[in-house]
Amino acid sequence: MKGIFSSKHTTIKSNTQQFFTALYSRLLMLIILAITWQSAAWYINSADFPSLLNVIESLIYHVNQGDMLTNISITLGRVFISFIIAMALGVAIGILMGCSDKLNELSDTLLIIALNIPALVTILLCYIWLGLVESAAITAVVINKVPTVVVMIREGARVVDQDLLAVAKVYKLSPSTTFFKVFLPQIYPYIMASARAGLSLIWKIVLVVELLGRSDGVGFALNTLFQFFDIAGILAYTFAFIAVVLVIEALIFKPLDKLTSRGISHDSA
Amino acid sequence: MIALDVAIKDKCYGNSDTVVLKDINFKVKPGEFVAIIGPSGCGKSTLLNMLCGLEESSKQTLLCNGKVINGDESHKLGYIFQQPRLMPWLTVQENLQLVLPVPKHGTKQHGTKQHGTRHKTQHEQIEYLLSQVGLSGKGDYFPRQLSGGMQRRVAIARAFSVNPELILLDEPFNSLDVPTAAKLRLLLVELCQNRGSTVIFVTHDLSEAVYLADRIIFMSNTPTSIIHQVEIDLPKPRQESGSRELVWQANLMAKYPKILAGKTT
Repeated sequence: MKGIFSSKHTTIKSNTQQFFTALYSRLLMLIILAITWQSAAWYINSADFPSLLNVIESLIYHVNQGDMLTNISITLGRVFISFIIAMALGVAIGILMGCSDKLNELSDTLLIIALNIPALVTILLCYIWLGLVESAAITAVVINKVPTVVVMIREGARVVDQDLLAVAKVYKLSPSTTFFKVFLPQIYPYIMASARAGLSLIWKIVLVVELLGRSDGVGFALNTLFQFFDIAGILAYTFAFIAVVLVIEALIFKPLDKLTSRGISHDSA
Repeated sequence: MIALDVAIKDKCYGNSDTVVLKDINFKVKPGEFVAIIGPSGCGKSTLLNMLCGLEESSKQTLLCNGKVINGDESHKLGYIFQQPRLMPWLTVQENLQLVLPVPKHGTKQHGTKQHGTRHKTQHEQIEYLLSQVGLSGKGDYFPRQLSGGMQRRVAIARAFSVNPELILLDEPFNSLDVPTAAKLRLLLVELCQNRGSTVIFVTHDLSEAVYLADRIIFMSNTPTSIIHQVEIDLPKPRQESGSRELVWQANLMAKYPKILAGKTT
């Protein structure tokens, strides 16, 4: 007992220490990158390669104009909705396919086809069939994302520990308890992995969708900036959005990670 | 009270043609404690799985209180598997809570007084069980933070926590230190007395069987069948490795020297 408690204290201490060391090394990398960029821009001295300072200037300009925040929030809204729908559908289909061999055989070919349809084709078809509307945009993103989620979740559902399910059966747990307390925790790691991969893929596809058929959002703004060859503006938008995604990662995924790896990872105590 | 009636003609494993169990016929009276001894790999676990409906048994006749066993029985069942089989993402406390029945007074409002008291009594019940298996204060630990023997004891506490009417034990006290195993055997005896539970107990350890059981069923190698059944006519309470028990055991071994290897002659 004593040993465990004292080791708990040391882990807390080393955790904060670790955090600052990690932050420091990450910042260091960013600073090196910034300096390299700035000096390269000075050296090349071309309008096509804006310096870091130019980009920051442009960032401040767009923020003050008000258009950047609006566009980012609109894009984020689309990302959020399509992410939720894609994950829900993907997890459900993945579990069904992982648990039933028959269903898996039946829909495996369909899955491979769905995985390999180019994103651009789905987007164009959705716009043609559903019209240039919001629902078409969301549908296109969801169709692009669902197959990759299904593939990952299916693997997770396949390797679910039958011994633990036997425990649930013996002790007559209700179907919902069995699902949420015994089955689902086993595929949490797969859900987390597909969510991570999903977020990065989705926001990239959302930009393409916006560029092709929406009149707002980051994709639309990038298109406009492209018409004016405003490279500093394009970079400013990109960085602003990456910053948003980093914040999401830190605020949502990191805490979720802790929750889902409960009792499984080494540091959860 | 649970009575069992087993009549297995031939049971194949999974989809293969290999016969694991052949001509196994026995009855278990309500409240009886039956030990099953047989060489390892002879299908004892398969038999236990059939008794609780985990293993397909539709072609055989397995009756529980006169009804065919299909896994939907309403009686409370405690099964101690060979491996602990705890949920790694739940703490010890939550692992026990998982199998405990949810109280039936309607709403799941948190913070209400009723809920509070219910929570407390369940908590106390779990804490009591944990202290019985020598794990008091370990409720907030995750299984992987415990040793193998401790996980095993949590699994035993889990099986006992539901107040089972039928207990299936698959070599439950293996790899436990001697005093702990002795304590848990006592706990099992106590539980059976209080509850009148029917027990099927798979073991390798003849002296353990003589200490606990009313009857021992000896099994052969695969295809497994019953080679010998013997009532233990010693009065209870018995003593672990007491002189009467040892004499009884010695007599049996003198009569059937190879019985633990699955042979009567």
